[in-house]
Amino acid sequence: MKTILIPVLIFILLGAAMGILLAVAARAFAMKTDERAEAITACLPGANCGGCGYAGCSALAQAISKGEASVNACTAGGAEVANQIAAIMGVEAGEQKRMRAQVMCSGANEYVKKKYLYEGVPDCAAAARSGGGENLCPNGCIGLGSCVRACPFGAITVVNGVAVVDYTRCTGCGVCTHICPKKIIRLIPFDSKHWVGCSSTDEGKRIRKYCDVGCISCKICQRNCEAGAITVNEGIAVIDYEKCTGCDVCVDKCPRKIIWSGERQGKLGLVITRTAEEPTKN
Amino acid sequence: MPEIFMIMFSAVLAENFIFSRFYGICPFLGVSEKPSTALGMGMAVTFVITVSSAVTWAVYYLLLEPAGLEYLKTIAFILVIAALVQFIEMFLRRYIPALYSALGIFLPLITTNCAVLGSALVNIQKGYNFIESVVFGFSAAIGFTMAITVFAGVRERLAFARPPRSFKGFPILLIAASLVAMAFSGFSGMKF
Repeated sequence: MKTILIPVLIFILLGAAMGILLAVAARAFAMKTDERAEAITACLPGANCGGCGYAGCSALAQAISKGEASVNACTAGGAEVANQIAAIMGVEAGEQKRMRAQVMCSGANEYVKKKYLYEGVPDCAAAARSGGGENLCPNGCIGLGSCVRACPFGAITVVNGVAVVDYTRCTGCGVCTHICPKKIIRLIPFDSKHWVGCSSTDEGKRIRKYCDVGCISCKICQRNCEAGAITVNEGIAVIDYEKCTGCDVCVDKCPRKIIWSGERQGKLGLVITRTAEEPTKN
Repeated sequence: MPEIFMIMFSAVLAENFIFSRFYGICPFLGVSEKPSTALGMGMAVTFVITVSSAVTWAVYYLLLEPAGLEYLKTIAFILVIAALVQFIEMFLRRYIPALYSALGIFLPLITTNCAVLGSALVNIQKGYNFIESVVFGFSAAIGFTMAITVFAGVRERLAFARPPRSFKGFPILLIAASLVAMAFSGFSGMKF
């Protein structure tokens, strides 16, 4: 009996001593932690994606509570989170649109010509430094998937040489827009139906030589858009999402078939449906 | 004095925690992606092992041995080390915030790290006195820090290598680790 009782007693004492030590320490070393920071951390998505530019969600919460970051700094969380944080901080959140990432390139392998075959490190930044990547297009998707690896939500895949965003997973955090060496991933409003699948600012004549799906700045879309939402500027068509009514005229008129149209499906999903035919190969 | 240096040498190189004793492999593979984080982890481990060596020595020789409970040392050490790490974390947070923000995320990770427990048990096994225990703990942790930092460097190079497809990721990492471990086994031949 004694052989069991003594160790049990000693361990109870040891455990109690440690417990008391920690309890006392917690009191003695208590920090005045900002309650708001903790409340904000609870609101944030907790994915630690880094899209806001801070080290993680708790770092952003600290910054918001100190007033260094705005309440809608978390793009991944969207309007809902911004409103919650605004309520904690006691300010107005302001309008915040839900965004999604869009790769502004349609240059799948069969549509683009290459200058050379890249056999180096499988990373977009490395390829971009080797003469701008293997594509002849200076603004085309390299397709080595740096954005795929960077995406904290696993929303990007490379399909046939072009990165494609899965809108059911994209939270609009914007990490990919920073990582892309070609800067061809952009954040566009989540609800927007159309986008121009090209980023090349080259002149039309040159683009025709190396890409079947490049914007040749023919301005047909600009002329046909009833809402005046498309402007062709510096060699690329740009949609003004404030004005776009989603009428599909540009999609039908575009001779290169690079104005894409995404149909909303269900609550979150956006499924790409081509309302026009596939571009013809030269 | 010579004994102390011998303990230091063997703890850092010849009986390196990671490459020869295979303690603390989890942080070794988990936190060695960048040299900077590896160094941070190493510093946290150094700090905790040094303090825990002293405390566990005291617990063993002042509490367990007089009561004849040597066989329960593992459990007692786990308890003491876990509480100690918590205590250190709170202390640093209050008084040395700079060190806390540097080690902060690593400290909870090593609460139950086997390198920490291992060094405490080795101290007892080898019958070190108080000073020897602290020196052994400190130098073993320095060896750990060196190993993890060196391997982080290897890993940075590995990122640019193109291994065969089946070896990609973790397998090639383990192969690289075993090669570094073999290099370290060269030190075991050095006897004084």
